[in-house]
Amino acid sequence: MRIARLLYMGWAFHLKSLTLSGFFIIVSVISPVIFASIAYLMFRAGARPGSLLFVAIGAGMMGIWSATLFGSGGAIQWQRWQGTLEYCIAVPPAFIWVILPLTIATATIGLYSLTSTLVWGWLFFDVPFQLAHPAWFVVALPAAVLALGLLGLVLASTFVLYRHANALSNLLEYPVWLVTGLLTGLALLPGWTRPISWALAPTWGVKALRESALGGDPAFPVAMSIALGIVYLVIGHYCLRYFEKLARERATLAIA
Amino acid sequence: MTVAARIFFVGGVTSFRALFYWLTPWIYVPSLLVGPIFQILLFAYIGRSAHLRSDEFYVIGNAIQYAAIPCLFAMSQMIGGERYQGTLSAILVSPAGRIPLFFGRSMPVVINGAFVAAVALALGCLILDVRLPLSSIAPIALVVLIAAFSCTGLGLINAAISLRLRENAVLTNVIFGFLLIFTGANVPLDSLPGWMSTSAQGMPFTHAIVAARRLADGASLSDVGGLVGAEVLVGLAYGLCGYALLRWFEAQGRRYATLERA
Repeated sequence: MRIARLLYMGWAFHLKSLTLSGFFIIVSVISPVIFASIAYLMFRAGARPGSLLFVAIGAGMMGIWSATLFGSGGAIQWQRWQGTLEYCIAVPPAFIWVILPLTIATATIGLYSLTSTLVWGWLFFDVPFQLAHPAWFVVALPAAVLALGLLGLVLASTFVLYRHANALSNLLEYPVWLVTGLLTGLALLPGWTRPISWALAPTWGVKALRESALGGDPAFPVAMSIALGIVYLVIGHYCLRYFEKLARERATLAIA
Repeated sequence: MTVAARIFFVGGVTSFRALFYWLTPWIYVPSLLVGPIFQILLFAYIGRSAHLRSDEFYVIGNAIQYAAIPCLFAMSQMIGGERYQGTLSAILVSPAGRIPLFFGRSMPVVINGAFVAAVALALGCLILDVRLPLSSIAPIALVVLIAAFSCTGLGLINAAISLRLRENAVLTNVIFGFLLIFTGANVPLDSLPGWMSTSAQGMPFTHAIVAARRLADGASLSDVGGLVGAEVLVGLAYGLCGYALLRWFEAQGRRYATLERA
């Protein structure tokens, strides 16, 4: 019960805190709207106009990934810069329960992206918002966000070992948008990218949302999102323990 | 060497080297050399998916447009970085002429922006197997340099706004996004709504991107002279506006003692 309360309070606190950040508003609202607009215009002008709802959902997921990448990738580093990392580790609950609400909050912030791209598309590009399986959409959305939040835990616990985590975040934004088929669909990409895309939560998250919205069978992608989330949780747990052990042994907790 | 020339060249280079105290190769390579490749690939694949234009269209458009990142961020850092270090007041209280001071700091930014765009163009062509005629390489290089110059003019306005705005990185990202939509880097200008393609005529990159695409299709430099001239004019207009804004905000900062407060 205490852990559940800690997770909820941490998630709510970080959600409010991130909402006040201009940078996160850019990453989660303005940037996806810009990319969605470009994609809408490209598909409209192209010889094979795609479904604009397909694009809107993909652009929304781009924002969820960006918010997770920048928020979770720098999560531990931020605590370090603010001088709160020692407290986060010294408190009685395990470190993972302290950092997990933050990474899930960064993915949750991404919901602003999905909302903004859908509303933007509906207002200016006549994107219809009719869901084929509304009940599945309600299940697919939290599953996708949770899976990305847990992927964020892996990012948080591994990026901390790289001094220039921000540059790594910049580097990984576009490739994941590309390889997970958020705006292009996976069929166009070279075959060797498939296994990479299967290991990434945005692939299954966007597939689940699209199949809920446009029709199809969302059950498998939702199940994959949940399964991947569990795998990320296990990896993140061990990575965090390794980081904590190293930092304690070498007394490098406060050293960036 | 006269004082003004020394401030222009030595001051400019010194300021740019100071920028590199944090812009190490570990940041420079992933952010400025690898980053644009993935932007090119993303839009090339969206273009393939939409059956819009050839890969060449996206390689040229995005490589040139990506010069916005170094040009806009470095120029805002010119003010923001000095303020962060606490040296902004010392610089602005000095009797140094403002034209060599500000424009000297812009020169390395232009060269770096052109370098980033040229590397992106070369690697984009290699990866997507886009072949440019050999005769077009030198004229395209000139166009890339002019595009970087033009965007650095806009960067000067961005730098001036940094005198008023603390979180300038947010604004810079928004400007980058607008340039990505409006300049025809990914959506052909004639497919944009009328008001957007008209606005694009006054933005950096628009004319340079069209000129570079025509050069790649076999046009000569004289054929695209009008476009190149328009890009230079756009850059000059932004540069002069940026300089005027810098002087105005500097005067305001002195009058109200707000230089360090923005």
